[in-house]
Amino acid sequence: MQPRVDEIWDWLDQVPDPEIPVISLVDLGIIRDVEWQGDTLQVTVTPTYSGCPATSVINFEIEKALRDHGIEKLELKRQLSPAWTTDWLTEKGREKLEDYGIAPPSPTKGPERCPHCGGTHLERISEFGSTPCKAQWRCKDCLEPFDYFKCI
Amino acid sequence: MSADLFEFLCRMGDNTLILGHRVSEWCGHSPVLEEDIALANTALDLIGQTQLWLGLAGEVEGQGRSADDLAFLRDAWDFRNVLLVELPNGDFGQTLMRQFLFDAWQELMLGALKESSDARVAEIAEKASKEVAYHVERSGDTVIGLGDGTEESHQRMQAALDYLYPYVGEMFESDAVDAAMAKAGIAPDPASLRDAYDARLAQVMAEATLSIPDDRFAHAGGRTGRMHTEHLGHILSTMQWLQRAYPGATW
Repeated sequence: MQPRVDEIWDWLDQVPDPEIPVISLVDLGIIRDVEWQGDTLQVTVTPTYSGCPATSVINFEIEKALRDHGIEKLELKRQLSPAWTTDWLTEKGREKLEDYGIAPPSPTKGPERCPHCGGTHLERISEFGSTPCKAQWRCKDCLEPFDYFKCI
Repeated sequence: MSADLFEFLCRMGDNTLILGHRVSEWCGHSPVLEEDIALANTALDLIGQTQLWLGLAGEVEGQGRSADDLAFLRDAWDFRNVLLVELPNGDFGQTLMRQFLFDAWQELMLGALKESSDARVAEIAEKASKEVAYHVERSGDTVIGLGDGTEESHQRMQAALDYLYPYVGEMFESDAVDAAMAKAGIAPDPASLRDAYDARLAQVMAEATLSIPDDRFAHAGGRTGRMHTEHLGHILSTMQWLQRAYPGATW
């Protein structure tokens, strides 16, 4: 019997992002669709940044997780448009990011508060961070640097 | 049409490939760690965009060539990048000046390509333009910071602009390929982007206290493949070495 699509979404929600393992691939918002085409499971994935080296690892992790759950016929489809946006991060994902010390994206073009102390006196160190999706910021209250998940 | 489209896609993909490779040469050598990371991130985005452009080029050509085949198995005379992107990095200021001159063009080009009549081109542009928005913000800010910085940084940025400006014009040249793309609604005539580019350049250079050279002479030949600078061959010998020495090697 074919597993239900919502069951498969739950499985994918257990697969951690390879760079930020505290959130799942579903939290990241890159799984765009899960659908049965006859006896083949089709999973549609969109890249975060076009050069993100995690993309191929992500595809590998999806395949591995689904095979472990007994899915035999699997097709991964790449979808470029609509382009990934940080608006697709789940609320649960945003909370986990902040707990982990990464400020979640904010439409004001900068973090709302320091993920360590909650301070709001912040300065940008660099537009680019440890991965393409992050920028480096510093809190002037607790003086700690932190990663900010950029809005895109 | 498909030959013209292939040519156009190679021009887009070769620009990002060669500049991405050039920028990646900074990895581990930048003045400060944050800049090293920023340059590596930029290079990564450009290489990612290359995979999309050259991947589509291979598809359009229909001879089974992949993005990797096009990147690693063509020789200098088949490359269609503008000369600007193959020029040496020079110092950090020159690298960021080159980046800004390219980013400002790429932002306009991608903005127009988002409206392309070819959905595959439009979706690559939609994706890439989000990344380029960050590139141009940083390179523009850095040009301003260094131009309007110390006496030495100002001098170096002016020298960089004087050296690079004669390579700007090539980005706005039009030929039969561009005419075919414009007619089909696939891509804009590059010449039509020049006014907006000049306005952007004038604004940033004024803030950077730098003078744009009066002379509009433009070195050209890269995007048509007529003639590259001597630098391209050296880039390719580094970039393609592995595939040439061990054909078909993978990991």
